[in-house]
Amino acid sequence: MASKKRKQIGKSRAGDIAIFIMLMLVGLFMLFPIYLSVIQSVKPSQELFLFPPKLYAIAPTGQNFVDLLNTASNMWVPFSRYIFNSVFVAVVVTVCQLLFSSSAAYVLAKGEFPGKKALNKAIELALLFTSSVMFIMQYMVMAFMGLIDTYFAITLPYIATPMGLFLMRQFMGQIPDAIIEAAKLDGAGHMRTCWQVVIPNVKPAILTLMIFAFQGAWQVTGYSFIYSEELKPLPTVMQQISSAGIARAGVAAAAVVITMIPPIVVFLFCQSNVMETMAQSGMKD
Amino acid sequence: MKRSRGLYLLMAPFFVLFTIFTFVPVVMSLPMGFTNFNMVQLPQWVGLDNFYVLFLEDEVFLKAIQNTLIFAVVTGPISYILCFLLAWLINEMPGVLKTVFTFVFYAPTLAGNIYTTWQLIFSGDTYGIANAYLIKLGILNGARQWLTDANYIFGVVIVVQLWMSLGAGFLSLRAGLQGIPRDRYEAAAVEGVKNRMQELLMVTVPAMGPQMLFAAVMQIVSSFTAGDVGRTLTAFPSTDYAAHTIMTHAYDYGSIRFEMGYASAICFVLFGVMILANWGIKKLLGRYLD
Repeated sequence: MASKKRKQIGKSRAGDIAIFIMLMLVGLFMLFPIYLSVIQSVKPSQELFLFPPKLYAIAPTGQNFVDLLNTASNMWVPFSRYIFNSVFVAVVVTVCQLLFSSSAAYVLAKGEFPGKKALNKAIELALLFTSSVMFIMQYMVMAFMGLIDTYFAITLPYIATPMGLFLMRQFMGQIPDAIIEAAKLDGAGHMRTCWQVVIPNVKPAILTLMIFAFQGAWQVTGYSFIYSEELKPLPTVMQQISSAGIARAGVAAAAVVITMIPPIVVFLFCQSNVMETMAQSGMKD
Repeated sequence: MKRSRGLYLLMAPFFVLFTIFTFVPVVMSLPMGFTNFNMVQLPQWVGLDNFYVLFLEDEVFLKAIQNTLIFAVVTGPISYILCFLLAWLINEMPGVLKTVFTFVFYAPTLAGNIYTTWQLIFSGDTYGIANAYLIKLGILNGARQWLTDANYIFGVVIVVQLWMSLGAGFLSLRAGLQGIPRDRYEAAAVEGVKNRMQELLMVTVPAMGPQMLFAAVMQIVSSFTAGDVGRTLTAFPSTDYAAHTIMTHAYDYGSIRFEMGYASAICFVLFGVMILANWGIKKLLGRYLD
């Protein structure tokens, strides 16, 4: 339906096909290394070092995944605990980041209060700030609050990211003030305006932030903040497994593939919903 | 009065966490650049000494600055344009193809540290995929040391960095394009917009200001803080410091030598460079947007 409307603006089929081919070519370049690492994970160990290197597996096997499972099940802390930790961190960080960033972004985009300019500036500067001593200072703050080696240490610091706030603020700034004024006239307070008027209008941004938040949280290792083995998230143990040298090259490849899956699932869920938002608004008019 | 209480309530959760875990640590780490700090003894105030050494004696740092700037000037604009162009081209595709292409282009970012696979491709022996197939095709007559020959390192790192540069900026542009109301396109068609190019320049770009600014800032961050890719793929330190950036230099002093004061000073310089770049980019974009 959408494509029928487009044709009115004089877009040729040939143009569509040219764009498709161009995207395909770039896409192949993007996918090649990822394809390679998936292939590595289903190669039996004798195939990993063939010359010339094969771009496919001659006798694909699930052995690497079985080995990974075996290594995982022989651990001192049950493997399911690491999975639980990572899922827990990912869910808490993602949900809180979505709630907190979007409500704060509403204030920075549409609210009027003294100090608004300064806050916006601070967020932008924080976004640009990188330092190799930041983690020491974070450690000191957390130690002072008694958060080291607790779940708080691997969730709280990752929630209020300047990037998330900046993203939401940029999108919310685009919402016409008239809509907000109308809500005000209807007697809605800031809470209601934010949650019932503004946020539903930036659904693509919310879903995009969800991807970033989950992805970030899934990679949290908490290296300097967590000592107890049973509190460590999945990436730490995956790195331990795969850093055991060449004998584990296949297992390492399997670990990479397995860790990739949850962010991909979240991504596909969010992106397909982003696409739907347009279809809907298209139908409304 | 009652209304502004709502405002504070809405932003309180974010800013409480932001203050504790970002603002306070950032402010605490600012003075570290003026100290000598080895993480065992208390920091010692040394004034501007670190900065004198950086700019007057540390030749590797000057090389790192040069690399970082060249790197940012080359990859920054290219990947920014790629982000926008690809996001827009994807938008011209129907339904499910949009999701598929967005996924494919974002996959390198999504897959985390999968860029290490490039080691298989650019491995210096004949087992390396690039070497093996280029030799087989007769393009090369022998193995090239892609990751250790100073002539190739910079190029290889740029290729890999571009490969993974369709990140946050790209996705925000995708989301922004998705949110442009359909009726603007229809109105433009009525007003006589004829082809894709006109539509892009007269409808799409003007509606994408905030997203383009976001993507630009993300681009500045990723091009100036690059270093991990070079450090992981090429040996560390890379041959002739060919892949040595400011971030790599900070890693060297911060995570290997534990000269945290000096590492802070390095990061401080980077922060300054990024603020300048950010200011410049906003000036530049501001001329076209809003």
